[in-house]
Amino acid sequence: MKSNSLAKQAFGVKVQIKNIEDSSFSNKLIELGFIIGQTVEVVFSAPFGDPIAVELNGSVLSLRLEEAATIEVENTDSL
Amino acid sequence: MKIALFGNPNTGKSSVFNLLTGLRQHIGNFAGITVEKKSGSFQINNQQHELIDFPGVYSIYPRSKDEEVVYKVVSNRKHPDFPDLAMIVVDASNLERNLLLFTQIYDLKIPIVLVLNMWDLAQKRGINIDIEKLQSHFPSVSIVTTNARIGFGKDRLIEAVKNHQLNIASNLILEDFKLCDLGNKKQQEDETQFRYQFLKKIIADVEIVEKSKTDTLSRKIDKVLIHPIFGYLIFAFVLFVIFQFIFSFASIPMDFIDAQTTNLSSFVANQLPIGLLNDLICQGIIPGIGGVIIFVPQIALLFLFISILEESGYLSRVVFIMDRLMRPFGLNGKSVVPLISSVACAIPGVMASRTIADWKERLITILVAPLMSCSARIPVYTLLISLVIPEKQILGIFNLQGIVLFGLYFLGLISALFIAIILNLLIKKKEKGFLLLELPSYKMPRWPNVGINVLEKVKIFVIDAGKIILSISIILWALATFGPSGKMDNAEKYVKANPTFSELTTEEQNQKVASARLESSYIGIFGKAIEPAIRPLGYDWKIGISLITSFAAREVFVGSLATIYAVQDDGDENVRLIDRLKNEKNSKNEPIFTLASSVSLMVFYVFAMQCMATLAVVRRETNSWKWPLIQVAFMGFMAYFGALFAFTILS
Repeated sequence: MKSNSLAKQAFGVKVQIKNIEDSSFSNKLIELGFIIGQTVEVVFSAPFGDPIAVELNGSVLSLRLEEAATIEVENTDSL
Repeated sequence: MKIALFGNPNTGKSSVFNLLTGLRQHIGNFAGITVEKKSGSFQINNQQHELIDFPGVYSIYPRSKDEEVVYKVVSNRKHPDFPDLAMIVVDASNLERNLLLFTQIYDLKIPIVLVLNMWDLAQKRGINIDIEKLQSHFPSVSIVTTNARIGFGKDRLIEAVKNHQLNIASNLILEDFKLCDLGNKKQQEDETQFRYQFLKKIIADVEIVEKSKTDTLSRKIDKVLIHPIFGYLIFAFVLFVIFQFIFSFASIPMDFIDAQTTNLSSFVANQLPIGLLNDLICQGIIPGIGGVIIFVPQIALLFLFISILEESGYLSRVVFIMDRLMRPFGLNGKSVVPLISSVACAIPGVMASRTIADWKERLITILVAPLMSCSARIPVYTLLISLVIPEKQILGIFNLQGIVLFGLYFLGLISALFIAIILNLLIKKKEKGFLLLELPSYKMPRWPNVGINVLEKVKIFVIDAGKIILSISIILWALATFGPSGKMDNAEKYVKANPTFSELTTEEQNQKVASARLESSYIGIFGKAIEPAIRPLGYDWKIGISLITSFAAREVFVGSLATIYAVQDDGDENVRLIDRLKNEKNSKNEPIFTLASSVSLMVFYVFAMQCMATLAVVRRETNSWKWPLIQVAFMGFMAYFGALFAFTILS
């Protein structure tokens, strides 16, 4: 898991996508709008903490933690 | 003109489809692909247009089986379903992601009507789209706004189709756009990134967002429905209500259908001259059709609920909260619906697995779904339970018969999960599974969509399962009617000549004849042939015959027993059949239907893969005979040894 992946973010914190790791589903993540530079926010998680729901461009998408782990993000405040 | 309807999931695409075509819809297959094709027609100025509804996709590059058809059709101009015009429905409140698909089809030089749906929702969320500016970016495209859910915008849609410009796009986004190969993921990623970069500029130009975009009401509802405790309690309650309807209330129309089938059979039997044709129609075809129709109420009710849950947005939350629980079994949150559906019938259950993007998770779902006890097993369970389980209360509130019935369902569920774990270990997979699902805003279900969806599912069942159940019924009828020459006629002579039977009424004599004929028919011979194999389970050849006939549909078991024991199937709680079975003795004068042999039979029916129609659907969905055969093998193994175990322990 990347040190600063989407899987590790607290709820309600807006972060920016830095990189999408290559995986069998990376093309599908990109199609859903997970593209570099896009702002994204974890809004809630399912019981047991997995999967998580993220807000992206006004819609809510659900991801398993292992999917979210392939999305590298950085905190927008630190920019 | 041939018009294709494309769009993301949750854009109200089916509302647009229903708005334009109403009930003039039918289901067929896409040429060369075993994916259902939903199409409908509508008229403009007495000109007929065909509208084809494609599955909701985010991109023309598929991520699950049901999505492949979009790629297959648009990538091949010679495909018989290649459209003259594409109608692309987008969610106006989420323009950027929705337009990705649009830009792909635009670059394929297909004329386009772009439908900005959910216009009201976009405005409510403070999203204003400048249509004129959008139009100026894509001059060849006809753009309309609709609120298809409330039936708003039909005239404009028709106007747009009428006025659509056949001149195709000249200012392409990707010049000389060639579709990427499905295997070339990197190329697809580059293409998608490029398109998004292009779209960002367009959106910045045409869209003004006033307020925060968050849908606060949905967020509040989610706090309850996704709650670690209430979330599961509410889902359990929803399931309880669904099953209450399926099991209690569906029995009213089912009893009616059952009675009408019997009436029709005897009516036709009296009208036609006695003979083979009469028998074929009244004992083969009519009961065969009846055996299909009888499941319609349960399937319709189940899909009524599932459609309501889906339309409202709740179903994707069920997937969300169940995914983590299902994963250790090699299943997916999306496996929940196929497994629940299989409690009514495994056929729509197996078909519902198409939405699971991951092949391995989908395959495991398909393989274990028939272990869920379907409604065709109920008549078998009910007969055997009332035969050997006393009707008494336990702890004052629980009915013992009810507990046993529940136990059989539970056994089915537990074994489905157990087998899923084993399959998860055995089946190799190349790639990691993924979920990637949209959680749409909650909405009131739109009833016409619900109704049409139910109708569609029932149609699929009646046609798909119907033709197989019917043909097996006819084959089994033939096997039960014909036998080695001479033997069958002797059966009748033997009964007529037997002095012990001469005091019986004509009706009773006829039943004896029917029983004797069945014994000497081909099916009777099969039954006797398998007797050595099933004796360790506590069965005799008469049960063997009934096991074989169950391959048409499991509930045929009851009717077969009635025939072979020469009891009239009066349909009234099987009272006479139960009395008869209780007194049935083997050659050593021991009762056949003991607790041990009956429980062994129940266990057998929980596990055995006795449904040809399901096997045919599994073959179609997995594209090979390999998986249905594996399914027959492991379920047969479980049935045999489960029954053997039960019989040995109890006797």
